Amino acid sequence: MYNFDFEQPASVDAAVAALKDEDALPLSGGQTLIPSMKQRLNAPSKLVSLTAIEALKGVSAAGGALTIGAATTHATVAAEASAYPALAALAGGIGDPAVRNRGTIGGSLANNDPSACYPAAVLGSGATIVTNAREIAADDFFDGVFTTALEEGEIVTAVKFPIPEKANYQKFEQPASRFALTGVFVAKTADGVRVAVTGASEEGVFRWTEAEEALSANFAPEAVDGLSASADGLISDLHGTPEYRANLIKTLTKRAVAAA
Amino acid sequence: MPKDHGIGASPKRREDVRFLTGAGNYTDDINVHGQTYVHFLRSDVAHGTINSIDASEAEAMDGVLKVFTAKDFEAVGGLPCGWQVTDRFGEVMQEPKHPILAEGKVRHVGDPIAAVVAETPELARDAAEAIVVDIDELPAVVDMKAALEDGATKVHDDLTSNLCYDWGFVEENKEAVNEAFKNAAHVTTLELVNNRLVANPMEPRVAIGDYSRANDEHTLYTTSQNPHVIRLLMGAFVLGIPEHKLRVVAPDVGGGFGTKIFHYAEEAFVTFAAKALNRPVKWTSSRSEAFISDAHGRDHVTKIELALDADNKFTALRTDTYANMGAYLSTFAPSVPTWLHGTLMAGNYTTPLIYVNVKAVFTNTVPVDAYRGAGRPEATFQLERVIDKAARELGVDPAELRRINFIKPEQFPYETPVAVAYDTGNYHATLDKALEMTDYANFDQRAAESKARGKLRGFGIAHYIEACGIAPSNLVGQLGARAGLYESATVRVNATGSISVMTGSHSHGQGHETTFPQVIAEMIGIDESQVDIVHGDTSKTPMGMGTYGSRSIAVGGSAMFKAAEKVINKAKKIAAHLMEASEADIELADGQFSVAGTDKSVAWGDVCLAAYVPHNYPLEDLEPGLEETAFYDPSNFTYPSGAYFCEVEVDPDTGSIDILSFSAADDFGNVINPMIVEGQVHGGVAQGIGQAMLENAAYDENGQLLTGSYMDYAMPRAADLPSFSVDHSCQTPCTHNPLGVKGCGEAGAIGSPPALVNAVIDALHRGGYPVEHIDMPLSPSRVWNAIQSAK
Repeated sequence: MYNFDFEQPASVDAAVAALKDEDALPLSGGQTLIPSMKQRLNAPSKLVSLTAIEALKGVSAAGGALTIGAATTHATVAAEASAYPALAALAGGIGDPAVRNRGTIGGSLANNDPSACYPAAVLGSGATIVTNAREIAADDFFDGVFTTALEEGEIVTAVKFPIPEKANYQKFEQPASRFALTGVFVAKTADGVRVAVTGASEEGVFRWTEAEEALSANFAPEAVDGLSASADGLISDLHGTPEYRANLIKTLTKRAVAAA
Repeated sequence: MPKDHGIGASPKRREDVRFLTGAGNYTDDINVHGQTYVHFLRSDVAHGTINSIDASEAEAMDGVLKVFTAKDFEAVGGLPCGWQVTDRFGEVMQEPKHPILAEGKVRHVGDPIAAVVAETPELARDAAEAIVVDIDELPAVVDMKAALEDGATKVHDDLTSNLCYDWGFVEENKEAVNEAFKNAAHVTTLELVNNRLVANPMEPRVAIGDYSRANDEHTLYTTSQNPHVIRLLMGAFVLGIPEHKLRVVAPDVGGGFGTKIFHYAEEAFVTFAAKALNRPVKWTSSRSEAFISDAHGRDHVTKIELALDADNKFTALRTDTYANMGAYLSTFAPSVPTWLHGTLMAGNYTTPLIYVNVKAVFTNTVPVDAYRGAGRPEATFQLERVIDKAARELGVDPAELRRINFIKPEQFPYETPVAVAYDTGNYHATLDKALEMTDYANFDQRAAESKARGKLRGFGIAHYIEACGIAPSNLVGQLGARAGLYESATVRVNATGSISVMTGSHSHGQGHETTFPQVIAEMIGIDESQVDIVHGDTSKTPMGMGTYGSRSIAVGGSAMFKAAEKVINKAKKIAAHLMEASEADIELADGQFSVAGTDKSVAWGDVCLAAYVPHNYPLEDLEPGLEETAFYDPSNFTYPSGAYFCEVEVDPDTGSIDILSFSAADDFGNVINPMIVEGQVHGGVAQGIGQAMLENAAYDENGQLLTGSYMDYAMPRAADLPSFSVDHSCQTPCTHNPLGVKGCGEAGAIGSPPALVNAVIDALHRGGYPVEHIDMPLSPSRVWNAIQSAK
């Protein structure tokens, strides 16, 4: 790790101001940033910690929606998002206790790791990402691997989830990292069904629209039987071929529907 | 009623109190006044010619003492190899130089090019980044078979090829084996890979060099399984430091698994640099560095063929193995695929004719050496897999096929056709015990229940033999070992009767501090708390060979037993004098010496006091004091064996494996501490399951390690494992060591991979997917791919 300056502002405005310095980076739970700095792969001049900003923390449910402050840890979501059980379960399955007690939803979304769990929940739920400047629909937020619609210096402040009628997340763990080798989030709302897939695509989280159509017509595992996810553009690595991941997408979608 | 003390009791591990409360003293806990820190600049390419190294900017940085390169080591030797294999044509192996820092070429990712010594670890790392190295990259030699083709790029330009040796065993039997195959009623053939592993002990390696100008003495603190071996190798062959000027300390060590046996460049470096700079030098490996600098394990590619007659008796076995040595020969690397592997190919069976061919190959990868089991897991895996395949091809029960080919209890001692003689064993007993533990009779019912849930249930058997208690020195000397493999112990009785045992064995998790006192306590009849074990410091312990090959209790324990016998014999003489009786009438029980047939007795402590305060003492016949040393050289290996049964459920939709039960019935001979033995089996099985299901050190075609962190290298976790069922009640005590013990450290890692793989293959066959083999690790994607290809 190289030397860096550290600030821990108490408000979003102060954080935005502090991030104007060249090479300054926001720090939330640090579960990706800190290891990359320790490996000297990332060398910010300054870290602006968001964890002292009380306005960024907490879980609240009202009017059919669940709002989670961006600096809320996975452990807190797992414990307090009882209004949205599928989301609480997803949060409780991220990493290990140490990760869950440090990592935050805002950090995970801003990082947009192609194998992270939260992007599947946000895209699958049709959630809204709230920043210091605007609100961004999930469909417009994720922009490829480790890339989002966030502008330089823009901070995620909260995520608003419409609470679906039914939902479930199925994660098939990569044997080493225990990230999602493939994970599928299925949510059924009055408007239809959304199916979001993480861990599988070279482009990051995406919606399996064929399955959404089939499940919107018939929310049952068998509705997916006739479909097959395309292996084109899926990740090939030591842990699975594109064809294997395509199979997992279908298998996990069926299991998520059955469990929802 | 289980014993509550002495041999056979299960006192809790006394060392765990300090380990679990943060009071352990590991090498990284040691800080020497005035110490500096070294950072090794390591190659990030697998193969290349070093054109130049410009360290001027680094050396000019504040706080940097010096940047070392190969030039600084021109006057010292390379790292020695401790075993010379002679090939099947009578020629000795090709043995390239293994420099401390890369000379002229880099040969694997992680090969150290330069070493920066600075006032802090951060400064050393910063300075390493300022070194400019100009390397012309060369094609990487990764695949072993391609490495042996004509015209292949050579890892070492001064060798004739990438072949280290072409070993045949037993060479004289080759034609007879080939003839037996021609006459066989059935031949089963299997090609398989024994996957490369990274040992990953919890504690990464650490080394601290310290030098005293006052008396020209060197001290090396290091994470070693055998400090005396390091002192000999490094002192005599690398740095030219005589033993009396070199102390090697291996304090608490957090796991070794073989990879801390070897003498490493970093140890020689810190010892050398501490004198050159007249400052202590410390190196602490990061986990990332461990992946590319600790010796790896396994990495064999094998074709095995088994010939059977019409009665399903094994008539011959033939194997053809390529064994990866990596870029340099690690300390004991040449012995692993040869004498620790070929000699075990008889397994538990009466196969009369065996021929093993091993080609050891240099590649641009991290050196490969012994890893828990070392050669014996490779032997067992291929043998138990091919037997399973033969049973399926012949339509016989796999347990029955093994049973009819087992060496029978009455055939011991048994001479195998591969040069070893098993002293004792009862393989039928362990097989029957494991069947009983597993409820094999009701398997079909369980399989039907799994099928109803869409899952495939399978059952796998493996029986193993291993050669432990390494080793008879005169024998291994003939086989190419450049060291003796005896063990030593000093039993020092203190004046009031407490005892310190200085042993050449080294504990890095095995529990010697608990089990060794149990033996002494049993022999003398005193409380175990009166006995302490001293190990891991060449200035305190007699010259001993350390801990590996499941040898501590069998060899080190025997040395301690012999020394304790000498102590007791002398103490009896003192007791006889004190009681004015004949020495022949003295008996020792429960810490009391008594005169047979009388009520006269004297306590252990009183005899000890008399030895050190010899006022009433036979000084004309006996020296004062009570301290004896013994060196024990075993007359044979020991041969633990056992039956491992595994039951799994495979999810055909994802290829994932759920291990439902795992039963181990081991014959370790006599057992000192059953709880610790069970723990050793648990750990070994967990490691074996890790190899079979999860772990894989994979290189790409450019020689880059694809699994260089825990993000991609899958270690077994508790949740991956079932609750093990273990048994060691089948005991055929070793006949040639005084404790009748065989060793238990490696068994779990040897027997479990074939049991698991056999179970998965069984599940697939039962589910209608006729898959013959899947190479380890049986990851979900590999299992799923195999299912797809069998559809």
